[in-house]
Amino acid sequence: MHPSIYMQFLSQLKAGQRAVISAIEAEDSLFHRLTALGFRVGKPLSIMRRASFNGPIHVRLGTTDVILRVTEADRIQINAI
Amino acid sequence: MKRIALLGMPNTGKSTLFNRISGASARVGNWPGITVDLLSAKILLGGNIVELIDLPGIYDLHGFSEDEQVVRHFITSNPVNLLVVLLNSTQIDRQLSLLLQIKKLGFPIVLALNMTDEAKRAGITIDTEGLSQTLGLPVIQISAKYGDGLPKALAAATSVINQQETTTNPQSIGLMLKEEHDIEDEMHELIQHHVQIPTTLTDDVTDKIDRVLLHKWLGLPLFFAAMFLLFQFIFAVGAPIQDGLAWLLDLLRTELLNPLFTNTPAWLSGLMLDGIYNGVATVAAFVPIIILFFLVMSMVEDSGYLSRAAFLMDAIMAKMGLDGRSFVMMLMGFGCNVPAIMGTRIMRSRSMRLLTMLVIPLSLCSARMQVFIFMIAALFSPSKAPLILFSLYVMSFFTMFLTALLFQNQYKNTEPFILELPPYRFPTPRQIVLRGWHEVKHFLNRASKFIVLGVVLVWLLTNFPSNVAPASIDTYAGQIGVFFTPILDPIGINHELAIALIFGFVAKEIVVGALAVIYGLQGDALMAQMATQIDWVQALSFMLFTLIYTPCLSTIATIKNESKSTAFMWLSIAWSLGLAWIVSFIFYQSARLLGY
Repeated sequence: MHPSIYMQFLSQLKAGQRAVISAIEAEDSLFHRLTALGFRVGKPLSIMRRASFNGPIHVRLGTTDVILRVTEADRIQINAI
Repeated sequence: MKRIALLGMPNTGKSTLFNRISGASARVGNWPGITVDLLSAKILLGGNIVELIDLPGIYDLHGFSEDEQVVRHFITSNPVNLLVVLLNSTQIDRQLSLLLQIKKLGFPIVLALNMTDEAKRAGITIDTEGLSQTLGLPVIQISAKYGDGLPKALAAATSVINQQETTTNPQSIGLMLKEEHDIEDEMHELIQHHVQIPTTLTDDVTDKIDRVLLHKWLGLPLFFAAMFLLFQFIFAVGAPIQDGLAWLLDLLRTELLNPLFTNTPAWLSGLMLDGIYNGVATVAAFVPIIILFFLVMSMVEDSGYLSRAAFLMDAIMAKMGLDGRSFVMMLMGFGCNVPAIMGTRIMRSRSMRLLTMLVIPLSLCSARMQVFIFMIAALFSPSKAPLILFSLYVMSFFTMFLTALLFQNQYKNTEPFILELPPYRFPTPRQIVLRGWHEVKHFLNRASKFIVLGVVLVWLLTNFPSNVAPASIDTYAGQIGVFFTPILDPIGINHELAIALIFGFVAKEIVVGALAVIYGLQGDALMAQMATQIDWVQALSFMLFTLIYTPCLSTIATIKNESKSTAFMWLSIAWSLGLAWIVSFIFYQSARLLGY
């Protein structure tokens, strides 16, 4: 098994897909913000929609709806379910 | 006086609660250690006057955003008697962390759980008594919007501050803040024992509205349609009110003030009427527009649509270092720059705010429109008029995008773009009206002196020395025009137009009136005279300059007090003047080269 081959990021998901967060690789300020909004390893999320022209991604985690840019979503590793 | 601070995450209804408790008495104040304005109000609590402060919404006491730093500076520089922590009941599972961070610092706390109604609908049940016992502090469920539970919360606050004689010690809090706390475990423990949340939480109504408003293809057209309607509403309702106000102020002047000053020396009546009174009238003209603008903006903001606008427009705006919220303010600038600049306060990142404030003054506002309509009528045939006006709009957008692109590295936004999408909510009328009122008070307090002084200064320049005709070449303003001839000649602006541009610093509304004074003619006669003195190339160059250079004193005053930086104000003035000159120069010289 080579996990790196199967590494998948939040930014790669399509609208309607569900996934579980497997790792967050971000500097302190981004990490804090993500944690405060409910992004934690092991937490399930679903992609509600993606904006046109490669705009932000609308994610739902538990009770919270969040929008984030692709650059930020690139820092969040997930396992699609 | 005892002091209570209100703390909570963004979108928890903190401002709603603050407004409900404070009513219209809130004022903007400066605090040691921080550079942003905080709202505070004196309220009566248990027979004593207590000061209530509304801290910015933050996610995390240890976070790195500007608001998080503001809160940290506040609590480590200012003693308080009580913190009222407000959490959103529907998101208690993650918001509790903020409370625990604060509790660790030893603050006396009352915990208010807001949005009880939404939580009930979502099937969330919170055992407040159990939570209160485990935490060892009062926990009260409230609805800030409807006022439910508020008396109970205030009673709890009263009893805590009555028991509590001492205030917090900012220094020791500063020390404690330095230590990191491991809060996650404690939080999960609490949630597990006291809170039940259904596994998938869906707000059906919000989802259904989002399916339409955030639709892949419909979303943007709907956004533009909504903006257009709001814009039309503000200025369709605002214009007659402004006209009425102007008529009233004029009446006051002709009926009351003019007779009063007939026997005083000319300089005194000039100073009082053309200087100070005109300054006051300039300030007053903005009041209806500011109220209307913020009535509409607080509706957009409170309903939850503003974050959606950010979602829709982000792909395009991100390339210019801005976001969707800047775009809303940029659009509003086409009505009036002043409230649009005040509205940038919804952006929490200072650098993005500054960049937006630099861009907004370039939008073709309704006051500039008056100058253009006059000039176009004077020098262009009716068939060409729409084309000229359209190209001015295109130019306006072009200079805005150019400015954003050029300055985006100067004002680099370091905050990550991660926004919460709150569910759609109906804003309450009380909330909306209070907001409009606060903003007008803020504008009058901060900007009026500056504007009146500026109007007096321009009056002095255009009326002195006292032995020459007002607004003529021999006045100081005329001399400034002559002095700048080497700069103004290459863009086709003669001395008369230069004096009009100096008047234009006060407000674009008075430019046409100034031309009438300068040429000593009115209406059609003035147009005919101008048509003989300047050609269409000069006229268009003058319009381009008018479009791009500093819109008005009120905008400058607003930029100064919103940015809290005199240097930034000068940058804005210098940039717009420089850009105006360059654009006019390129246009004028190439038109002449092409033989026009």
